[in-house]
Amino acid sequence: MTDTFSRREVLAAGFGAVMLPATLSAQPAARPAEFKIGVTTFLSGPASVFGVPSRRACEMLVDQINAAGGIAGVPVRPIFVDEGPGTDHLVGEIRRLVQSEGVHALFQSISSGSCLACTPLSRELSKVNLLWDCGTQRIFEEGRWDYAFRTQGYATPEVLAPLLYLLRTKPDIRTVAVINQDYAWGRDSWEIWKTAMDALKPGVRVVAEMFPRFGSTDFSTEITRLLALRPDVVYSTSWGGELVTFIRQATERRLHERTTFVLPVAEASLQILGRSMPEGHIIGARGDHWNNHPAPRDPAAFNAFVNAYRQRFNEYPIYPCHHMAQAVWALKAAVEKAVAAKSGGWPSDAELAAAFRGLTFPTPTSTITLREDGQGLEDQIVGTSSFNPNFPFAVPKDMRLYPAAQVSAPVGQKSTDWLKTLTPALIQSAGQSI
Amino acid sequence: MADWFQDNGLLLGLALLDGLSSAGLIFLVAVGLNLVFGVLRIVNVAHGSLYAIGAYSAASIGLFAASLGVPAWASLPILLLSAALVGAIVGPLIERFLLRRIYAQEEVVQLLVTFALFMILEDVQKLVWGVQPIHHDQAMKLLGTIDVPFAGDFIPFTNYQLFVLPGIAVVTLVGLAWFLRRTLTGRVIVAVTTDREAATAMGIDASKIFLLTFTFGSMLAALGGALSSPTAALVPGIGAQTIVLSFAVVATAGLGQIEGAALTSLMMGLGRSIAVYFEPELEVVVPYIIMVLVLLVRPQGLFGVTETRRV
Repeated sequence: MTDTFSRREVLAAGFGAVMLPATLSAQPAARPAEFKIGVTTFLSGPASVFGVPSRRACEMLVDQINAAGGIAGVPVRPIFVDEGPGTDHLVGEIRRLVQSEGVHALFQSISSGSCLACTPLSRELSKVNLLWDCGTQRIFEEGRWDYAFRTQGYATPEVLAPLLYLLRTKPDIRTVAVINQDYAWGRDSWEIWKTAMDALKPGVRVVAEMFPRFGSTDFSTEITRLLALRPDVVYSTSWGGELVTFIRQATERRLHERTTFVLPVAEASLQILGRSMPEGHIIGARGDHWNNHPAPRDPAAFNAFVNAYRQRFNEYPIYPCHHMAQAVWALKAAVEKAVAAKSGGWPSDAELAAAFRGLTFPTPTSTITLREDGQGLEDQIVGTSSFNPNFPFAVPKDMRLYPAAQVSAPVGQKSTDWLKTLTPALIQSAGQSI
Repeated sequence: MADWFQDNGLLLGLALLDGLSSAGLIFLVAVGLNLVFGVLRIVNVAHGSLYAIGAYSAASIGLFAASLGVPAWASLPILLLSAALVGAIVGPLIERFLLRRIYAQEEVVQLLVTFALFMILEDVQKLVWGVQPIHHDQAMKLLGTIDVPFAGDFIPFTNYQLFVLPGIAVVTLVGLAWFLRRTLTGRVIVAVTTDREAATAMGIDASKIFLLTFTFGSMLAALGGALSSPTAALVPGIGAQTIVLSFAVVATAGLGQIEGAALTSLMMGLGRSIAVYFEPELEVVVPYIIMVLVLLVRPQGLFGVTETRRV
């Protein structure tokens, strides 16, 4: 037996097939039984020093949110995926999270390489994608994304703020050396520093550019070379075990007495370094969330977050914990905004994404606004390493707060182009003491 | 050329000092790997895990001892003791319960099994020691620094890196050469390395030799890790970094060659440190450039001997 179809039936079937997805997407979204978040973070390898604390912060906040009734009445469930196996693996995992697990939003990632590889999927999958920690400036400067937003700062302000602080506090520097990890962040952050330094203080000589292999466990040779060169400044955006090893080996050999370290991401390593961190060097935190922040926006909320984390995990939260928290708080604010816009109805993916654009959400230390290009504006606080009786590790003193808008490239401009337009006057005008 | 040496001779001197300590650590790990391959004929990827466990154990035991008030001078013996403990406990466990089952298997199966073990042990490290950097530098601080004159200035070096690491490497090299050539057990090991079938036919208990050699190789890997712990912060992944370089040393030296491993480690250590001074971009690839150049000229390695393939 053979079935035959009339031309009218074939046309109707074809028309229906074309129209069905559009019809479905126009249907009001049903309120889910739970709001699933796919979270990509490093759970293995050297970067798990960031990934594991951030997962803990996420679990802690989700527990708190669920205990308080969820987001807009819907309980939240995070599903964690390891960034460790690499970007090819992660791209597949992102698809699995959306297509098999049915997540409602994605939080990705720590590595800039992961973000560059996975952010395009937000368009293909039409799913909200919050870049919660990666710092590459290229994402929002080289593309426009309807579903992707970064709920924190990025490389340009995180490097420019410590440079401005250095040039203000030590205006007579003449030589600088760099020792960064040999991968995207190490290279990109040096390019940002070098471009800005050439504009803000022309004539500073670079006496050494060293990019040891990622994961190095010995910097003796690099330290010997720095001791021989005696640069005024040693700049390093290294992190994790490598920064700890470098600082310990360098201080043992008294390099810190011959030069000033500028360490834009030192905050995450200060607890581990303890008293090994020398005083009088410039330290950053990829944001404004220092444990000794002198004037947070909401001191009670700040202390509650820090104390809850300490109580549960027996250590202070580090900046990836705060970045993860910012993504959670941004999600909460956006969902509530989208639900309110629909008078209590549940938003579609497109409506939820629209709620993020221009969103301003509070953090315990300040407020963060997501610009029209999706980039978050997070203030930067830079200071000089010091010890005080309240902490068993170094914290900043003589802090300066750099408002995000002063140290971020304007919408539509590439950082490298914008940095070339900076003038030395910015050194005095940018930031304020706190 | 003479002008270049006049300008850079002092820097070259500093690079040589740095290269020695680096070579010492590379040698300790690579020679253990070389020994194990020479006797067991297994490419043991998990050798890197033994290095990492040795490092973590030494730091933990050192921290524990310090908390008990054990005097600082004991920190150096504790490093050696930790390595011996790790090798003596973990080595026999791996050999008895895992490797013994795959000696007759194809090389690819052996490689997969030891790689799987490496992955498992990486997770075990995270379970036991967590992911945050761990460090215990009492041994390095105890020995202090020495100021090396340099162009009217001085460069502080730690005595630990300048004397202890190269010193222990030299003692290990001499001790190992003596053991293998002057003691009965050592000669038996050499016999099994040279011709396993003939040695077994002459009544040598190969099973016992395998266990002994693997335990000894494990101790050397753990010793490399333990000695690195006072200078490095320990994080997940340190084993992977080490094993890659060790393989390069073993391939360049010639399989089963301890003097070859020493010379190759020295070449790679010095090559890397000289690169940091004069062409930092090449630092990462220098060991592999050396390996490729040597293997192009001598495919069997610097000290390796050409073997007739048995069919």
